[in-house]
Amino acid sequence: MDPLIIEESIKTPTISFDSSSGVLEIRGKSIPENSLEFYKPVFDWLDQYSAKPASQTEFRVQLEYFNTSSSKCLLDLFRKLEAAAVSGTSKVKVSWFYEADDEDMMEAGDDYQALVKIPFELIKLEE
Amino acid sequence: MPGPDMYKLFHQMEEDDIILSFKGAITKELLSSIYDIMEGRLDRMSIEPQRKKKFYHILVESLQNIFHHMEGLNDIDEGAKEKEAMFMVGYSPAKGYRILTGNFIRTVEVQALEQKLEKINAMSAEELKEYYREKLSTTELSERGGAGLGFIDMARKSGQKLEYNFQPVKDGIQFFTFSVAIN
Repeated sequence: MDPLIIEESIKTPTISFDSSSGVLEIRGKSIPENSLEFYKPVFDWLDQYSAKPASQTEFRVQLEYFNTSSSKCLLDLFRKLEAAAVSGTSKVKVSWFYEADDEDMMEAGDDYQALVKIPFELIKLEE
Repeated sequence: MPGPDMYKLFHQMEEDDIILSFKGAITKELLSSIYDIMEGRLDRMSIEPQRKKKFYHILVESLQNIFHHMEGLNDIDEGAKEKEAMFMVGYSPAKGYRILTGNFIRTVEVQALEQKLEKINAMSAEELKEYYREKLSTTELSERGGAGLGFIDMARKSGQKLEYNFQPVKDGIQFFTFSVAIN
């Protein structure tokens, strides 16, 4: 299947999902007023991917900001990956990056870690 | 011909440490411009990156709160003043940043909103964390994309009590003022 590439905008992040390598990357800001509009194609791609995933999946999340509307969509992305992990079709891990001074982003990673049953690695980015 | 004098208003805003103020319709385009302006200003100010991020985050959340709320008032006539809202950003070295928003709300919605804010204000940091996680895992996005998590998130990130006021305006309508500090 084709990779999913979405360029970043003022309110939305870069999406770079590659089905052959299993590396799914989201980077930048996610502050759209209605996050469903933005995340709909991402959900669709992930549904297709989950049906036939790579043997290993790494979801790399490196967000500078995200709003509460996006926080719900992020949880839904994690839950879709969780389903793929539980069914045993792919070995899934999440790499959650946060800047060294950004405690809030570290805590956000911790929130998701508590809510989904896939391994999380919280990775501090030094300046 | 002598024209109007805005100095009094300017001076009052200086006194009140207002660095940005807006009154009118809240549109997506307006919000994009505001984020852009505030990001530029924050970059030029010498404040710690962590505080800068908190400020920006809470600004986005508070403005989207009124944006989503205004979308819900679509049975009110276009052009009516109730379709407008306002917000201000204040900063003083002593008191830090403050974000204020003001919008019209139906009186029937006031009690539930007040209870929600009181509940949030009564929580410790740990309780807020648990409450946020619980809400995040059970909430569904509204048609307009609101998650119902904005106030919880602002209380959690600011570490401050949320301040609010309801002012009866006319039959069935009140004015809701909301204020949050970022220290």
